[in-house]
Amino acid sequence: MNRLAVELPGLSLKNPIMPASGCFGFGKEYAKLYNLSQLGAIMIKATTLETRLGNPTPRVAETPAGMLNAIGLQNPGLTKVMENELPWLEQYDVPIIANVAGTLTEDYVAVAKSISQAPNVHALELNISCPNVKQGGITFGTDPVVAEELTRAVKEASSVPVYVKLSPNVTNVNEIAKAVEAGGADGITMINTLLGMRLDTRTGRPVIANVTGGLSGPAIKPVALRMVYDVAKQVSIPIIGMGGISTIDDVIDFLSAGASAVAVGTANFVDPFVCPNLIEQLPEKLDELGYKTVSEIVGRSHRL
Amino acid sequence: MIKQEQMQVVNQQQIATNIFELTLIGQLVLDMKQPGQFVHLRVSDQMEPLLRRPISISSIDKETLEFSMIYRADGRGTTLLSEKKPGDQVDVLGPLGNGFPIEKIEAGQTALLVGGGIGVPPLYELSKRLVEKGVKPIHVLGFQSKDVVFYERQFQELGETHIVTVDGSHGHKGFVTNALEILEDDFAVYYSCGPTPMLSALEKMYPDKKGYLSFEQRMGCGIGACFACVCETTEETEADYVKVCSDGPVFQSGVVRV
Repeated sequence: MNRLAVELPGLSLKNPIMPASGCFGFGKEYAKLYNLSQLGAIMIKATTLETRLGNPTPRVAETPAGMLNAIGLQNPGLTKVMENELPWLEQYDVPIIANVAGTLTEDYVAVAKSISQAPNVHALELNISCPNVKQGGITFGTDPVVAEELTRAVKEASSVPVYVKLSPNVTNVNEIAKAVEAGGADGITMINTLLGMRLDTRTGRPVIANVTGGLSGPAIKPVALRMVYDVAKQVSIPIIGMGGISTIDDVIDFLSAGASAVAVGTANFVDPFVCPNLIEQLPEKLDELGYKTVSEIVGRSHRL
Repeated sequence: MIKQEQMQVVNQQQIATNIFELTLIGQLVLDMKQPGQFVHLRVSDQMEPLLRRPISISSIDKETLEFSMIYRADGRGTTLLSEKKPGDQVDVLGPLGNGFPIEKIEAGQTALLVGGGIGVPPLYELSKRLVEKGVKPIHVLGFQSKDVVFYERQFQELGETHIVTVDGSHGHKGFVTNALEILEDDFAVYYSCGPTPMLSALEKMYPDKKGYLSFEQRMGCGIGACFACVCETTEETEADYVKVCSDGPVFQSGVVRV
């Protein structure tokens, strides 16, 4: 028996650790550093119907224990992802979670319909939470009615389970979580980045060309953990937790708060080997805490 | 091949105002292929500052397994780096990116090397390699003022060297382009690293020459995954965009829209 294994809708994970969307491209760069088959899954970079070139640079800025980014969903577009990126990833024994983004409902539906048919795409991650595009993205993720309708539309179009990625930039994340569950979501991934900004103190100018960006990294962990903990009480669908995870203790905390698996984002930039390192450390940490399997630890904070 | 290694500080010294030269030792040096590549450093094992710092390689010695970097300590990260002492460890990811192609020039030919400020360091290893190959280098190096000029003697030992300062406190007064206007342009290839306006001016000055330019851009991952450091390309380039970290930092002139 594999004590790290996790079963989720559409996903048989050999371990609960995966790189988060937008922090891992389509895997090619990290494949030069380690065997991607070690990973629980891979959340590939957001894919839109058309090619997108993203926002002007600078697109990143460092902040205390974190970073801001405003990449703006740069990606080669659905056709190239289907023709080049996904077939290339087939050489690895790892399920792909395809992050789907768009401007209009029709865009999301079209991408979902097509990309869900790729043989190695085992689930979709519906991106209704990107804070860095003017239309689409977060505008779908801040209104429960709109979020529910989009989820339903994508769910109908997709041939694999649909996870919805929630934004923390809302007054009540529970409302959105319940709405996407009602819309038929098979799971939730959370959280996307927190909207923030940094100024050049000397000139008063924003450091990021887009003015604002999404905050990620260890700085946002407490916010993410609180939201996972709250949402886990409100919904019965599984959660993949993310937001500032960089150490094995962070992994344990998110699992304890109710996440069934976790994604690692910004930490990949700090230590490109962070995912395989965390996977290696997990059994030892379970021993130390006195648990046999990952499943035993999921949601334990709610059972105290 | 990109590796991650805890490398040891061999030497750290200040060589001009806020300019430091840092030498590290380790196996990773054996993987350094081209002049103009860079390394991505963690300056602290704390969460602040969090991200790595991309620093260009200024010289490589495969026999001693040492390499050097010259950098300006002007932010929190590089200031912390400047406090490292011999014996300290530094987490190095590298070598990264594509450097200056020395195979694009023949022995006996002349190369023009143009550097601006903290863009000067990678030209040092480049010049050493060119000299080894039998190429004659001409260096035109621009700095803000006399107090931040470095490596003048080291470049002179390799070939003809012109120093330019914006305030005229050392060498020619003005920008490197002012000095280039009075030089004869009988060189085969030019190589440059420095601020983008300088690179742009060079492309305009030498539209018919073969040139290789090293660009700078804010980076996240340093390996091509995060799309932070993309640059727009010109119409003549097939790709819609290039990433400075993994497609560059060195590009042939005319590829990046400047």
